[in-house]
Amino acid sequence: MSRERLLNALLLAGLVVVPGWALWADEPFTITLATRAVIFALAAVGLNIALGMGGLVSLGHAVFFGIGGYAMGVLASHAQSYTPLYDGLFTLEGTKAMPVIWLVAAAASALAAWLIGLLSLRTSGVYFIMITLAFGQMAYFFAISWPAYGGEDGLSIYVRNGFPGLNTLDPIQFYGICLAWLCLALWGHARLRRSPFGLALDAARQVPARVQAVGLDPKRLYLVALVISGAVTGLSGALFADLNRFVSPSMLSWQMSGEIMVFVIIGGVARLFGPVVGAVFYVALEHWLGGVSDYWQIILGVVLLAVVLFGRGGLIGLVCGKERPDA
Amino acid sequence: MTPILFAEQVLNGLQSGVMLFLMAAGLTLIFGVMGLINLAHGALFMVGAFAAASVAGATGSFLLALVAALAAAAGAGAMVELLVIRRLYDRDHLDQVLATFALILIFSEGTRWLFGSFPLYLDVPPWLGGTVLLPGGIEYPTYRLALIAVGLLVAAGLWWLNTCTRLGIRIRAGENDREMIAALGVDIGKLYTVVFALGAGLAGLAGALVGPIQSVQVGMGEPVLILAFVVIVIGGIGSIKGALVGGLLVGLTDTLGRLLLPALFRLFTDPASAASAGSAFASMAIYILMAAVLIWRPTGLYGARA
Repeated sequence: MSRERLLNALLLAGLVVVPGWALWADEPFTITLATRAVIFALAAVGLNIALGMGGLVSLGHAVFFGIGGYAMGVLASHAQSYTPLYDGLFTLEGTKAMPVIWLVAAAASALAAWLIGLLSLRTSGVYFIMITLAFGQMAYFFAISWPAYGGEDGLSIYVRNGFPGLNTLDPIQFYGICLAWLCLALWGHARLRRSPFGLALDAARQVPARVQAVGLDPKRLYLVALVISGAVTGLSGALFADLNRFVSPSMLSWQMSGEIMVFVIIGGVARLFGPVVGAVFYVALEHWLGGVSDYWQIILGVVLLAVVLFGRGGLIGLVCGKERPDA
Repeated sequence: MTPILFAEQVLNGLQSGVMLFLMAAGLTLIFGVMGLINLAHGALFMVGAFAAASVAGATGSFLLALVAALAAAAGAGAMVELLVIRRLYDRDHLDQVLATFALILIFSEGTRWLFGSFPLYLDVPPWLGGTVLLPGGIEYPTYRLALIAVGLLVAAGLWWLNTCTRLGIRIRAGENDREMIAALGVDIGKLYTVVFALGAGLAGLAGALVGPIQSVQVGMGEPVLILAFVVIVIGGIGSIKGALVGGLLVGLTDTLGRLLLPALFRLFTDPASAASAGSAFASMAIYILMAAVLIWRPTGLYGARA
């Protein structure tokens, strides 16, 4: 366990040192890459709450990622064109303020997670995987065929949204915001694991029948986990859309769901820092292999296959041993 | 909307339904016997379509192309089973999802590497070109009618295989109790490879058959795969009958939804917003159907086991 803590501390230090070095060496692209990795890690921390703690294999987490993205896109596009979002009994304006956007993104994703959870948690196992995948496709096709917000072409934002007191256009400051969110999410996840809710959820993953026997409802525990998970992933979606100043249905695609899951698995399921390792590894590999060959996804596929077949427990498992860190 | 248009759309729905059945039957068979969730099934659909397109391009014979598609997909399936899938049977579903996701990446990029990013085209064979006049004055493309016939024939063939042959008995026995049939001397490893290759062949056949209707390109398999998942969830995992009923339901809901929902919205709003809202909701219709079936029967229409 101490070995894993040391690794976690090193990782966290790396997330501060590498962009710091890039700032000193004047390499803004490295900062953008790091921002991308941190945002993906945040999305995967969200999934890790459902997958690692609750054992819910959700192949539809892109829904929440995309809803977060569209929350940002819709609010900011209304603000930049000075058209109200809703003009009837009262007037609802768009906004360019990040805190409001984050709140809306997390709330909307949490609501979506609650609705999807209500339906899909009626089932379990393979059915659950297929149903979350299908709901993901439903959101994807809806976004494509709904022309009001760009349809298939997506939505562009001219200027990155603002945060009071910071210049978000400066890459390192925006990186700081994303890193702060990641740290907050990791801290929250660590607290959640030790909370009564986390312990109950852990038990519900292992032996649902016994949890039921002591008077707790496993389905309800799963549902709460899914809602928290969706909110975190939704928040990361808003940040991702802000990073690119663009949101499109591809954020909702099932490949995105697969990638978020890949981050968690490569790093190590249920490890606190698994999503961070996975996302950093993935972004670095994508960047490096993308320079080597146009067909880098073949190599990615082979690496992924090797991790699944031979390296159970992910990269952290390789370094720290295969014990599942059930603390 | 004329009755003829409606009838044509019903036929279109049947046609896409039987093609979905070909995909879903393989998936449900593989899940039923081996307990494996196979995301790479769409990749085998793509392999079939590409094999058919290149053989048809080289020889000009559509029948040869179909045979090639079956052989290529079944061969790729058997190879993948021996190399990778075999190691996944006693893993949890998460590992299966990840490994087959990796296979999709490998297959898709490999195909892009071999054939390039541009779509290939597969022509309708001349002897199936043109239209036929159906009773009631409906003119319908011969090829699509042939697809419906082939799909129903395959369904009948699968039923025969499952109930009347030794392989079918083994498959059903494998679904029920794999230790027992292994103890009775059936080579379970070989049986699994055969079942996987059979499912893969069905997917490849579906890919080759729909090749002339849509373009043959990388990534064509995944939308179909997800629809096939919806079909299986509706029909019940492991049930071939469920796959047929679910496939037809999904095919009909999808085509008729696209036809009727915009018309329905036109009753309430102006034509422009009715068209956009109608198409947006039509693309969601099958998922709403799935949700409704789930509320009513969480294990699908014919799924006995949870």
